[in-house]
Amino acid sequence: MSEETAILDVRAVSLQFGGVRALSGVTFSVAKGELFAIIGPNGAGKTSMMNCISGRYTPTDGRVVFKGRDVTDLKPNQRADLGIGRTFQNLALFGHMSVLDNIMVGRHHLLKNGFLSGALYWGLAQREELSHRRAVEDIIDFLEITHIRKAMAGTLSYGLRKRVELARAIALKPDLILLDEPMAGMNLEEKEDMARFIIDLNEEWGISVIMIEHDMGVVMDISHRVAVLDFGQKIAEGLPDEIMSNPRVKTAYLGEDDAEEVA
Amino acid sequence: MDLFFQLLINGIIVGTLYGVVAMCFVLIYKSTQVVNFAQGEFLLIGAWICWTILVQFEVPFVFGFLITLAFMAALGIFIQMVVLRPMIGEPIISVIMVTIGLSIFMRAFSNWMFGQSAVGFPDVFGMNAVNIGGLRVEPAYLMSFVVSLFIMGGFFYFFKYSRYGLAMRATAFNQQVAQSLGISVKQVFAMAWAISAMVSALAGVVVGMVNGVSSALSFIGIKVFPAVILGGLDSIIGAVVGGLIVGVLENMAEYVDGQFLYWGNMLTIAPFWVLIIILVVKPYGLFGTKDIERV
Repeated sequence: MSEETAILDVRAVSLQFGGVRALSGVTFSVAKGELFAIIGPNGAGKTSMMNCISGRYTPTDGRVVFKGRDVTDLKPNQRADLGIGRTFQNLALFGHMSVLDNIMVGRHHLLKNGFLSGALYWGLAQREELSHRRAVEDIIDFLEITHIRKAMAGTLSYGLRKRVELARAIALKPDLILLDEPMAGMNLEEKEDMARFIIDLNEEWGISVIMIEHDMGVVMDISHRVAVLDFGQKIAEGLPDEIMSNPRVKTAYLGEDDAEEVA
Repeated sequence: MDLFFQLLINGIIVGTLYGVVAMCFVLIYKSTQVVNFAQGEFLLIGAWICWTILVQFEVPFVFGFLITLAFMAALGIFIQMVVLRPMIGEPIISVIMVTIGLSIFMRAFSNWMFGQSAVGFPDVFGMNAVNIGGLRVEPAYLMSFVVSLFIMGGFFYFFKYSRYGLAMRATAFNQQVAQSLGISVKQVFAMAWAISAMVSALAGVVVGMVNGVSSALSFIGIKVFPAVILGGLDSIIGAVVGGLIVGVLENMAEYVDGQFLYWGNMLTIAPFWVLIIILVVKPYGLFGTKDIERV
C-alpha cells in the first residue's frame, strides 16, 4: 500500500517476553477510512498487537508508522495526542465518575488552556470547556446514552459500559480507533447496536477502525479487510470472503483433522 | 468554661490546619498510590526555608513566601523524579520504607543546616492576639484559618472542575487508561508532589509563626496520619473532616485531662484511641472509597 493512503503501517513487528514470542514479524497496513479487523484464536497475539500500536508495549523489533510518522518509541499518551484512541478488552471505565466526566477525560489533551487558568477555570478556560461540552453532547447523542449521562459509570449494565467506553475513546477525536473486543459478552440486540455504531463511526465520522472481535458473523459483515493471527504470526490477510475460504484459517480455528472434514 | 471554649476554638483552628496537611497527603496517595511518610518534613523544610529567606536575607514577607513556594514545588518534583519514580511498580512496603527513609533524611538534614533550637518567626502581621468574644486568638492562627478554608475551597474546585483535576482523578483510577486518553502520567505525578509540597510548606510557615520553627514541626505529620485514616485514605473531604476531628479531639482531651483526670498526655493519645474505634466500625474510614461492584 502506498504511503499516502495508509494511516497505519505495521512493519515486521515482533514482541518478546523473555523466551515467549508473542508476535513474530507481523506486517500489515491500514488505509485511511478503512474498517480493519484482526481475528485469531485465543492467545494468538491480537491484544499484544493492539498494545504495540497504542504504545502500551514497545515492540522488540520492527516499526509502527502512524500517518507517515514513526511512533514506535512514543509513549501511549503521546500517541493519543497524535490521534490513536482505544478501548480495552476488560472494561476500564472510571467507575466512581459520572458518564459525563468519563467522556470529558477524553477531551483532556484537546483542552489548550494553561495550568493556572485551567486550574482556576477562568474566562477562556470556561469558554473552551463549553465548546468541548457541546462536542461531548454530540458524542452522547450519537451513542444514544443521553439518559445515563449523569449516572455513575460503575453502576451501569455491561452493554452500556462498553458504549460509554467507546464514547470516551471517540471524545479524543482520534483518526484511528482501536477496539479490543467491542462486542464481547453482549446479547444479540446490543451487538447489532454496537455494529451500527462502529459502521457510523467509520462512515460518518471518518474514523479509521482496527477491531479485534470473536464474533465471525459481525466481523465478516462489517469489516472491509481482515487479518488473521495465529501463534503470533500473520497467516492471512484479505477481503472477508477470501478469509472465509482460506484453508489455513480453517486449520487455525478448527484444528487439523476437523478442517479436513469441513473441507 | 472560658478555657473550654478557648480550647474548642484552638481545636477547630489547628484542626483545619491538620485538614490541609491531610489533604496534601491524600493528594499524593490518590494520584500516585504512595503513602508519604515524609509529609511532616515538608512542613519543616518549608518553614525553615521561609525563615531563612526572611531573617537571613531580609526579604519582605510576600516575596519571601513566594520564593518558598517556588522552592517547595521544585523540591516536590525533584523528590518524585529522583526518589520515587524508580520505585514505580515496586511492592507498597518498599515504597513506604523509602518515604520513611526520606523523612529521616530530611529531618536530619534540616537539623544540620538550620540547627535544632527553635527560633521565632519575624512578626509579620505586627499585631497582638485578637479578641473574639472574650477569647484570645493569635492573628497568625486566624490567618491560617482563613487561608486553610481558602485552600480547601481551591482543592474542591480544582478536582471538580479543572482539566488537571479531572486528569488526576483519571490517573488515580487507572494509569494505563489515563495514558490511552492522552494524559501524561509523569506530569500528573510531578504536579501532585509539587502541590502537596507547596501547600504543606504553607502550613509549616503558619505553625512556625505561632510556635516558632524547630524540628517539632515535623510531628504535625504524625498527627495527620490518624486524620487521614479516619477520613478514608483516598477522600479529600474525609481528610478535612478527619483533620477537624483530630484537632478538636486532642484539645477536648486536654481539657478533660487538665480539669478532671490529671493523667497527663491525653492530648497526644486521644486521637489514636478514637481512630481505632472508628476503624472497627468503618474499616474504609468515614469517607473512604468502597468498591462499586456489579456481579
